[in-house]
Amino acid sequence: MAMETAQGAPAVAAHDDGHEHPGWSTYWKIAVILFVITGVEVSAFYIPAWETSWVYVPSMLFLSTIKFVLVVKYYMHLGYDHKLFRSLFVGPLIVAALTLVGLMFLFSKLSIRLGLLS
Amino acid sequence: MTATTLPAADHAADGHGHGGGHYTTLGLDNRKVAIWTFIGSECMLFASLISTYLIYKGRSIKGPFPHETWTEPSTGKVFPAILDIPVTSASTFVLLMSSFAMVLALAAVQNKNLPKNTMGEKILGSSKLWLWVTCLMGTMFLGFQAFEFTAFIREGLTIRTNLFGSSFFTLTGFHGAHVAVGVCWLFSLLAIDYKRGLQPSDAMNVDIAALYWHFVDVIWIVIFTLVYLIK
Repeated sequence: MAMETAQGAPAVAAHDDGHEHPGWSTYWKIAVILFVITGVEVSAFYIPAWETSWVYVPSMLFLSTIKFVLVVKYYMHLGYDHKLFRSLFVGPLIVAALTLVGLMFLFSKLSIRLGLLS
Repeated sequence: MTATTLPAADHAADGHGHGGGHYTTLGLDNRKVAIWTFIGSECMLFASLISTYLIYKGRSIKGPFPHETWTEPSTGKVFPAILDIPVTSASTFVLLMSSFAMVLALAAVQNKNLPKNTMGEKILGSSKLWLWVTCLMGTMFLGFQAFEFTAFIREGLTIRTNLFGSSFFTLTGFHGAHVAVGVCWLFSLLAIDYKRGLQPSDAMNVDIAALYWHFVDVIWIVIFTLVYLIK
């Protein structure tokens, strides 16, 4: 049994820092949550009262952020792996998000105010 | 010596991990460090593509437009809103579920040597089955994208038509190319599984492919919301 554990346990091959990954019961729950959230997003698109209200865009961004975090944390095991992997992903992700926000700001309100874009 | 101390002892001794990988001084497999670095750089690539799409959004002089109908002034021809949300929603569901199949494939490889007594354990423990499901779902997603692209071209939207067409085809085309690479990668793992069988010692190779596949999935989560659902 000890031999089998040494050969077959996920810790040997996949876990660099000895942390346990979630199992089947977690994976299918995450899949259901992803399915439901996507269903809610698509439904919201077809509900005029929601689609035209001011909460639509923030709620869509919030729901997609939840899906993003769930996949990264549970399916990519970032919540369980070494913190270096987290840094390698989150660092560039912050740079990417700042770039996106910066470019959006530069090419919209600021540039219009400065007369660079009509 | 326990199971969890085995790898540490192994790579402390010769710097090599299971499956031929090398370990860094932190005790981490360098292939995994490399794929996370690559994924980080890909985040910035897609951020620039998404930024470009969002900056050009609503700035096209002529249609077709993503969410609004447009009448061509010279001919009077009416172009409906071009994005097909039901089709794209279906492809999104397919890609999300392919990620689920991928984690099951990885778990099946990691737990290959554990005894499987019940039918459920045999199904969950079949790496071939889950790799096939992932490959087929990835291929299905590409099929949806090919259908969408050809429908757009038939309706008069090409990469040269307007700013929306240029930025849309560039962004979704780059993503589709990433999915195509991922599908090829998964098919190669499947071929290895048929040839000699993927063992727990191969789990790191499957894990790296899985990380790439999930990354492609999370990028689509962002694209689906920003491009398709937000008008």
